Amino acid sequence: MSAAFSSKVLEIDAEAHAQEIGQRIRSMVLHRLRRRGAVVGLSGGIDSSVTAALCARALGKDRVVGLFMPEDESSEDSLRLGRELTKALGITGVCEHIGPTLEALGCYRRRDEAIRKVIPEYGKGWKSKIVLPNLVDSSAYPLYSVVAQSPNGELRRVRLTPESYLGIVAATNFKQRTRKMLEYYHADRLHYAVAGTPNRLEYAQGFFVKNGDGAADFKPIAHLYKSQVFQLGKYLGVPDEILHRPPTTDTYSLEQSQEEFYFSLPLETMDLCLYAQNHGIAASDAASATGLSVKQIERVYAIMTSKLSSTEYLHLPPQLIENVDEVHAGIAR
Amino acid sequence: MPEIVQEVRSFVLENFLFDEGNGHFSNDDSFLDHGLVDSIGILSLVEFVRAKYGIEIEDEEIVPDNWDSVGRIAAFVLSKLGSEA
Repeated sequence: MSAAFSSKVLEIDAEAHAQEIGQRIRSMVLHRLRRRGAVVGLSGGIDSSVTAALCARALGKDRVVGLFMPEDESSEDSLRLGRELTKALGITGVCEHIGPTLEALGCYRRRDEAIRKVIPEYGKGWKSKIVLPNLVDSSAYPLYSVVAQSPNGELRRVRLTPESYLGIVAATNFKQRTRKMLEYYHADRLHYAVAGTPNRLEYAQGFFVKNGDGAADFKPIAHLYKSQVFQLGKYLGVPDEILHRPPTTDTYSLEQSQEEFYFSLPLETMDLCLYAQNHGIAASDAASATGLSVKQIERVYAIMTSKLSSTEYLHLPPQLIENVDEVHAGIAR
Repeated sequence: MPEIVQEVRSFVLENFLFDEGNGHFSNDDSFLDHGLVDSIGILSLVEFVRAKYGIEIEDEEIVPDNWDSVGRIAAFVLSKLGSEA
């Protein structure tokens, strides 16, 4: 009789995985990409920390640079924990404050103008975030709203128009794209490659900005479920405070967890649902393993399928009218 | 009613079916089943209806029963116009 489906399926031999990924990083960076080290943008979260730790083991701590890129609305923990990680790994840390760059680009001004289309009094001293309704407990549409906090603490939640939603996202995306520009500056300066830090859930569900945090030369943990990234983090000696830090996007001025923006469920539950769907596990078996109802699992499966298709755009490279054979022959090598 | 159906249908054809717009799409076809309407799509539909017919729409009213086909949207608009009259 086969064992019941449970979170045990996500358990890995961390040592063997670290070894295997390390070999692949060496091969990708040194041979395929022909660069001599790696740059990793550090957010103080588990994914970028594990990516940096894997790179340091694979390439040597002298060949990895960790970049801290705080802006005016970043949590102070991000920089402090980033520094703690570079110290623990013995890699070089470089701090680039991107607030002035974002200011010059009009990131905050454009974002606030987009919010004012639905909350006219929004301005200095206000904070905000974008949220989705709980999609797992009802057949609601994924309607985006802005939650705004006035300077005296009053909270308002207003449904967004397409124009305001797209305007807020477009302006906010300056943050991820500015960070990536600096990662490539340092990579070019040192002849290093840029490491991307998405885990499987983020990669598969399109939880990244195209040509922002989605851009990289290699993505060494994109195949790993979030709980596997945690297991690797423990094995690699990532500081405890980082391992236990609640996930956050650190993108909006009001604190927003990743579940709140995208998944409506704890990440460990989403992890198991993604695994279950990828492996054709029946909704009833996934329900007993996660503690959700069959109906909820069916909704999660439907949401994940629709996300996979609606975020295909994010993964697509520039579309060509015809293949340019002389280039594609080289890439296929 | 036929006029509202036609207006909503035109909006859907122009905005969600792009250049594949064709006569095969029925007014009762489910947007969800056809994968036509994502989160930006539903916001666009709601904004179109709100602006075009001058009706206020509560979050609780934005459910598939009211929005999942051209026919359902037209019926919803008609009932809102009726209730506001």
